Amino acid sequence: MPESRSAILQQIRAALGRGPLSDSAAAALDARRPAHTRIAVDDDDLVARFVSRFESRSGTVARVSGVDAIPAAVDAYRQAHGLPPRAAVARPLAGLPWPAGFAHHPGPAGQDEQMSVTPCLAGIAEIGSLILASGPDSPTTLNFVPDHHLIVLPAGHIVRHFEDAWTLLRALPGGLPRATNIISGPSRTGDVELTIQLGAHGPRSVHVLLVDDAPAAAA
Amino acid sequence: MPRVGLYATCLMNLFRPTLGFAAARLLEDAGCTVEVPLAQSCCGQPGYNSGDVEAARALAKQLIAAFEGFDYVVGPSGSCMATLRHDYPKLFEDDPDWRPRAEALAARSHELLSFLTDVCGVTAVNAAYTGTVTYHDSCSGLRGLGVKGQPRLLLGSVEGLQLTEMQDAEVCCGFGGTFCVKYPEISGRMVDDKLAKVAATGADTLLGGDLGCLMNMAGRLRRQGAKLKVFHTAEVLAGMATGGGIGDGEH
Amino acid sequence: MDVSSPRFKEKAVIALANPTLRQALGQSRKGFVNKRAELVAALPEFEALRDQARDVKDHVLENLDHYLERFDNAVTAAGGHVHWARDAEEARNIILDICERVQARTITKGKSMVSEEVNLNAALEARGYTVVETDLGEYIIQLAKEPPSHIIAPAIHKTKEQVSELFEAAHGGPRKTTVADLVTEARLVLRDKYFKADVGITGGNYLVAETGSSIIVTNEGNGDLTQTLAKVHIVTSGIERIVPTLEDVSLFLRILARSATGQETETYTTLSTGPRRPGDVDGPEEFHVVLVDNGRSKMLGGKFQDMLRCIRCGACMNHCPVYGAVGGHAYGWVYPGPMGSVLTPLFVGLDATYDLPNACTLNGRCQSVCPVRIPLPELLRELRHQQHQRGISPPVQRRALGVWRFVAERPGLYQFANRLAARALKGLGGRDGRLRHLPFAGGWTALRDLPAPEGKTFLELWHTRKT
Repeated sequence: MPESRSAILQQIRAALGRGPLSDSAAAALDARRPAHTRIAVDDDDLVARFVSRFESRSGTVARVSGVDAIPAAVDAYRQAHGLPPRAAVARPLAGLPWPAGFAHHPGPAGQDEQMSVTPCLAGIAEIGSLILASGPDSPTTLNFVPDHHLIVLPAGHIVRHFEDAWTLLRALPGGLPRATNIISGPSRTGDVELTIQLGAHGPRSVHVLLVDDAPAAAA
Repeated sequence: MPRVGLYATCLMNLFRPTLGFAAARLLEDAGCTVEVPLAQSCCGQPGYNSGDVEAARALAKQLIAAFEGFDYVVGPSGSCMATLRHDYPKLFEDDPDWRPRAEALAARSHELLSFLTDVCGVTAVNAAYTGTVTYHDSCSGLRGLGVKGQPRLLLGSVEGLQLTEMQDAEVCCGFGGTFCVKYPEISGRMVDDKLAKVAATGADTLLGGDLGCLMNMAGRLRRQGAKLKVFHTAEVLAGMATGGGIGDGEH
Repeated sequence: MDVSSPRFKEKAVIALANPTLRQALGQSRKGFVNKRAELVAALPEFEALRDQARDVKDHVLENLDHYLERFDNAVTAAGGHVHWARDAEEARNIILDICERVQARTITKGKSMVSEEVNLNAALEARGYTVVETDLGEYIIQLAKEPPSHIIAPAIHKTKEQVSELFEAAHGGPRKTTVADLVTEARLVLRDKYFKADVGITGGNYLVAETGSSIIVTNEGNGDLTQTLAKVHIVTSGIERIVPTLEDVSLFLRILARSATGQETETYTTLSTGPRRPGDVDGPEEFHVVLVDNGRSKMLGGKFQDMLRCIRCGACMNHCPVYGAVGGHAYGWVYPGPMGSVLTPLFVGLDATYDLPNACTLNGRCQSVCPVRIPLPELLRELRHQQHQRGISPPVQRRALGVWRFVAERPGLYQFANRLAARALKGLGGRDGRLRHLPFAGGWTALRDLPAPEGKTFLELWHTRKT
């Protein structure tokens, strides 16, 4: 197998008509920091832009006055959708004042899981998406298995562009997590007669709890 | 007065001399002198597009030599003139003798209608046409040479003419040179799709800037018994769209 | 996937006569083409993004060895494994070995064109593994035992009724007839498979050299369930899918979905970086990337290098009137439409693929929408040139070209021949001014009349008038 690697590299270099790059050339490439054109996001109100973009793809948003109001918002959602009082709730949110009778566990999400509540790293105003980083406190299955995925997003954690989200990712201890999920709405497919249908494999419904006043609780 | 060498194009020369005279009239009205070198033949595109690059080069040299003396080389075809402007320099990329000659010719070569507007500054013609017209954007002219607004600008000045845009004006009509005879069924579908869009405009006249496209569409229309008139845009602009259209009986 | 490109003409004619295909293709055109056009019109930065995307790809290709090595190092540092496959057989063997080692039984797959390219599914099934395609379109065609007909929407040629039948036969139970019910049924059936899977195989839209991440972009979330729930995640990707940094990733994210499906963004963009970390409660235990060459490195440094810029968005085929008429199966292999007409001859050989570069009018609409500005018509013409040089073009055509060249090189003779033809064809055209039959132009006259010439050539008329 190492022969395949060197054979392929060899073939690439032969095709390009040169040998391996010199150390200084390689270092120059490693130091490359591109600054490509970004899509203009001139909005003063990033929250409004985030909400409008996210909602345009069938995502829903509920504004919540503080972290302590999150459990009530979750409960209101699950009642509105006729769901039982249980969910996979990521560990950082477990300590919130959940209603009595509401059963929650930190994940992973099992095959019959219907609802999950997770934090996120940030919202991206540019396209109205959320960026979530996996970790012991944020299992990836919570983002994909249940029918209903609720995401806690502090309003102050909405960044303007993708690049601002990359900065956050790089700053995580340990660098990039195993899974970085950029989620723009509920799962959808157009594979049958190009008719858009929600809930293909991932969640049918993605509901953002937009917290207006949030100390570092959710991250 | 700019000296224009008129490039006859194979199809115009053989099938539609009226177009050549229309082109000459428009150029003369725009203040050019027009000459037509006798020693001209095909620009080489059929060979080039079939992979016979050598044949294309041989014919390109011939054309370059025949037209070298003129201020401009102008032809009533986006397809042929795109070959001169874009493909000729490529054909001689590695030839130190012919490359500058090809580039010089390319720089002076123009499709007829865009030449009138972009080089001669013509914004209006002195012609009349009673009818509703729709316009097909031939692919080479459109994408190769950027010909889009210029014919419409000039048609806008034709007295009595009403222009209705068709949907998918920019979609290929299915001619494609030898494509239409090598893949006739696919070409047939493409021309039918195009003609459906033409019919949907309710226009009584179809115009365009390339005879290959126009003959393709006119031929299909006649086979289907449709009465729509088909002309090259230049014929209307020169006031010479009075007789039979392409595929009609009298001239 | 088996190659049936030699039967292009035959399959094209069959496809043209298929009314459900025609309807499906027409609908897709409306969707993908119109939506893309709207988004592009609303984005002033789009042309600049295309230029930069093209430049990044060119930069990567010029330094492909460096970036592949950096990627390999970064994946390894994150606890993953990189495997290098020179050809299809090697790629299959690498994956078979992994599956054997982990004693796999069920394998789920996200959409991967490269896996079709190397005939992976057949090899896995021959070893007795249960292979389940999870992208809904791929699942449908897997049930139908058909190849994909479009790289983004593989089952675009299937009607709802056809899907209904397939599901009824495969799943049992009462037949579902609405799109909603069909999708719900697929969701339930496939959910089971995700949880059963030992190995999950996905493609890789982008491979990030900086971080050792593979990226998939989906609307369904199937690729995520595939990779998260299985014990082992294998990524199959062409070597050219590398991008240097995350900033390059955002550039491509801005043009991919807009170009492919006319969406601002797809639902899920996932970066996978290595296997599960200490403390993770889910995620694959092993992360493998199989880098597939299979003819790509050969394209570097030559006339076809630009084709390696392709990001597999499908815009070219969405806008191609030939694809729009015949659909994807006629092309006979994994990649249809304009990009397929360039790649298939290069990967599979010129001999089996005569029609692909020739069934094209060189109209250029593909190039005008390609997000990375691949000069597709030029590449197709270059393939025709190679066919000509190798003597692959049909003898009739070569002879006709030979005659045409002989005559055209002699302007006097050429004009004489034209004068003759002008008179002869005018005569044959009669009073109607058109010909219904022409022996050597059956291809034309089968469907069209040939407008008759005016009777004399322009050159002779001009010069008699002037003297």
